[in-house]
Amino acid sequence: MAEPRPVLEMTGIVKEFPGVRALSDVDFRLFPGEIHALMGENGAGKSTLIKVLTGVYSLDGGTVTLDGEAVRITSPLEAQQAGISTVYQEVNLCPNLSVAENIFIGREPTRMGRIQWKQLRRQAAELVDRLGLDIDVTAPLSSYPLAVQQLVAIVRSLGTGDGTGDGAGGGKGPGTKVLILDEPTSSLDRDEVLQLFALMRRLKEEGVAILFVSHFLDQIYEVCDRMTVLRNGTLVGEHLVRDLDQVGLVQLMLGKAMGQLDELHEHQLHSDAGETLLVADGLGRTGGIAPFDMEIRKGEVIGLAGLLGSGRTELARLLFGADQPDTGKVSIGGKPVSMSAPNDAIDAGVAFCSENRKSEGLVPDLTVRENIILALQAARGWTRPIPVAQRDELVAKYIEALDIRPANPEARVGQLSGGNQQKVLLARWLITRPKLLILDEPTRGIDIGAKAEIQKLVVSLSEDGMSVLYIAAELEEVLRLSHTIGVLRDRRLVAQIANGPEITTSRILETIASGEHQ
Amino acid sequence: MTTSSTTSSRWRALTHHHLFWPVAVLVLLLLVNVPFTPDFFSIKMADGHLYGSLVSIVLFGSPLILVAVGMTLVIATGGIDLSVGAVVAITGALACSYISDRSDQGALSGVLLAMGLGLLAAVVCGLWNGFLVARMGIQPIIATLIIMVAGRGVAQLITDGQIITINSEPYKLIGGGYWLTLPFSIFVVAVVVAVTVVLTRRTALGLLVEAVGGNAEASRLVGIRSRRIKIMVYAFCALCAGIAGLMISSNTSAADGNNAGLWIELDAILAVVIGGISLLGGRFSVGGTVVGALVIQTLTTTIYTIGVPTQTNLVFKAAVVIVVCLLQSPKFRAKVFGARFGAGSGAKVSGKTAAAPADPAAASEATPKMEVS
Repeated sequence: MAEPRPVLEMTGIVKEFPGVRALSDVDFRLFPGEIHALMGENGAGKSTLIKVLTGVYSLDGGTVTLDGEAVRITSPLEAQQAGISTVYQEVNLCPNLSVAENIFIGREPTRMGRIQWKQLRRQAAELVDRLGLDIDVTAPLSSYPLAVQQLVAIVRSLGTGDGTGDGAGGGKGPGTKVLILDEPTSSLDRDEVLQLFALMRRLKEEGVAILFVSHFLDQIYEVCDRMTVLRNGTLVGEHLVRDLDQVGLVQLMLGKAMGQLDELHEHQLHSDAGETLLVADGLGRTGGIAPFDMEIRKGEVIGLAGLLGSGRTELARLLFGADQPDTGKVSIGGKPVSMSAPNDAIDAGVAFCSENRKSEGLVPDLTVRENIILALQAARGWTRPIPVAQRDELVAKYIEALDIRPANPEARVGQLSGGNQQKVLLARWLITRPKLLILDEPTRGIDIGAKAEIQKLVVSLSEDGMSVLYIAAELEEVLRLSHTIGVLRDRRLVAQIANGPEITTSRILETIASGEHQ
Repeated sequence: MTTSSTTSSRWRALTHHHLFWPVAVLVLLLLVNVPFTPDFFSIKMADGHLYGSLVSIVLFGSPLILVAVGMTLVIATGGIDLSVGAVVAITGALACSYISDRSDQGALSGVLLAMGLGLLAAVVCGLWNGFLVARMGIQPIIATLIIMVAGRGVAQLITDGQIITINSEPYKLIGGGYWLTLPFSIFVVAVVVAVTVVLTRRTALGLLVEAVGGNAEASRLVGIRSRRIKIMVYAFCALCAGIAGLMISSNTSAADGNNAGLWIELDAILAVVIGGISLLGGRFSVGGTVVGALVIQTLTTTIYTIGVPTQTNLVFKAAVVIVVCLLQSPKFRAKVFGARFGAGSGAKVSGKTAAAPADPAAASEATPKMEVS
């Protein structure tokens, strides 16, 4: 179905940020009437490429042609006018307005400055009808579930062209030539995803080129025709979906050819691990992670492997009570824990370092010292401040032990580098002497030196009898540290593998790609 | 190089102190009065009492300081309390109507009971606010608007729509009496400020309040019981407003449900902001708030002493407030005075500074010689 001439062609795209080359010499093309997946791990450059295309970022090099003509897109508005529409993960609509109003907001049909309400509703109803959607356009948007709101956002984006498009619908065809869907499915359930896919296929038949970003591999294979894979800001390849299987895709994304991987097993895993610390029984949360069973022993390091969005973080958050499970139960040290709030988990000896250091971890205005003592102080309550001498000693001890720089307890934590901020978070929980430490991507965005220190720390903590749940995007990291590896895929814990010499990253990759452990 | 760099780093440390700009504004405002009233700074002794402009600024500013100190903690949690003016009215109305019903208005026990009753009502109002904000999740501005509007009605119900006047010597002491040559209100304020500082800085309350205001989600994940803290803070704020209510009604020996504490919530919020505390919550300083409240009271006094025409009072006040707020903004200072005054700490009006590795404060501490100015 691919036509000889692409509707969109980006050649030699370069985008630089201070100190980082986010995209170097990336080519990307999109044919009319195809659904094209843009694949890559976090930081591979997917969103940068989309932002360059939609005019959010300016180009530092390369050319963009649309319908054979070179274009320069310098703002999102220009992108829309040129026929490139984007729908983001979060629905950017007004829930209190009606569906019809949302579809036409900002470009309502008017006569003499007055909005033609009847015409607006009729046009909206026609548009919705033509796309095969069963939506009452007069109802407020908020009366529909998120999935339908997402569909409305797509319908809205279709109407934003200049009206010259020649879509197959006749009369008022959409002006949209390129539709970008950035992770539209991340919060949808299965039926809702099918609804979305039906709409996407319909638009594809009308000749719209769709750029689809999703972390769910199955969805890519279900709906896409072609894919472009990026890694570290460079183009890895463009493939027809039918020519590349899932194992091959995961290898391309992570940059490892199976079989050539070094096996790193530095710390010997003691098989006679201690008594059971935590038991999760059928724990799950709708829209988060499917019910899973898990057992964590004392001193055990459990690594979670899986692609971004596979449910790693969701699993960890349930074990901490950061999100409330709707099914299943947890017991820690033999006692049931309700997990209705983080306090329950903290009281039972669980600590959690979020992957979002800024928004969920640090209080940027407070000092290093204040951030470090926060968890311990919260556990003691406000009436029992930590005695000053003891506090300063503890803080100094951990600043030294973790080599936090600057070694100034009075420095504002917001001004520290990423690695040092991570160490502050670690220190915060370590002084509470937890039984289970959950680390969600503790090494993301920090330099190599700090990375190695944190990994060493995990090993020594485990030897001292602390259990650790370790989440990392890099498989080697997980493999090197873990006694047991939990593999996640599409929000499901598909396997729990005891680590050993025969376990290699390729085995894990296969499990991630196939969803089964042989 | 060494002498000039130490002077400049001292100067920099001074200008970067969080109280520098509020105090500078206060001093400036006080000085403006001198050409108009040459004996502005003199304090005289008469009848065993100290008199002078400075004393009256503190005396008349007392209720505002009290309300603003309570407001500081609420704002530090990222909230706001609009109901304090109504709480002032309710407390005064309850206390005065209780006293006026007694046969012996001067009896100390009756006066103490009246005060207790008024303060109890204030705390109940605060608990209600805290309940709405922390438990029901209502936005603070809406939650406290309820008592702001309804509270005045309650106060008028208590006074039957009349202005109740009383004649009670012990009650008069709180807002109009003297002790050790100074107005008694000043001692009340000093005690409340001291208690607040001890309560927040000698316990961990201040830290937890700042954490909740600085990053609510992180605070939840670190196990801070933020609901409890918020309820406590709203109750404390109302208690402060209640004491101010006693003071105001005591000063006039009357309870006016309609006008007592009218718009004091806005002056209190302003005092907190002038004190350099961000309305987004987080870091707070009780000292900053006290200075901020004094700035507002001095401004009011100045308007009278320099003879600004009555009709232009409010416009003049607004103009000064705008200038003060601009001076508080690091962004504005950087634009107008250059980077020297701009970057770094001070008020957080402009939000976050980028997480640059080169923190000027930290760098200057580590290597003072490397400073370039």
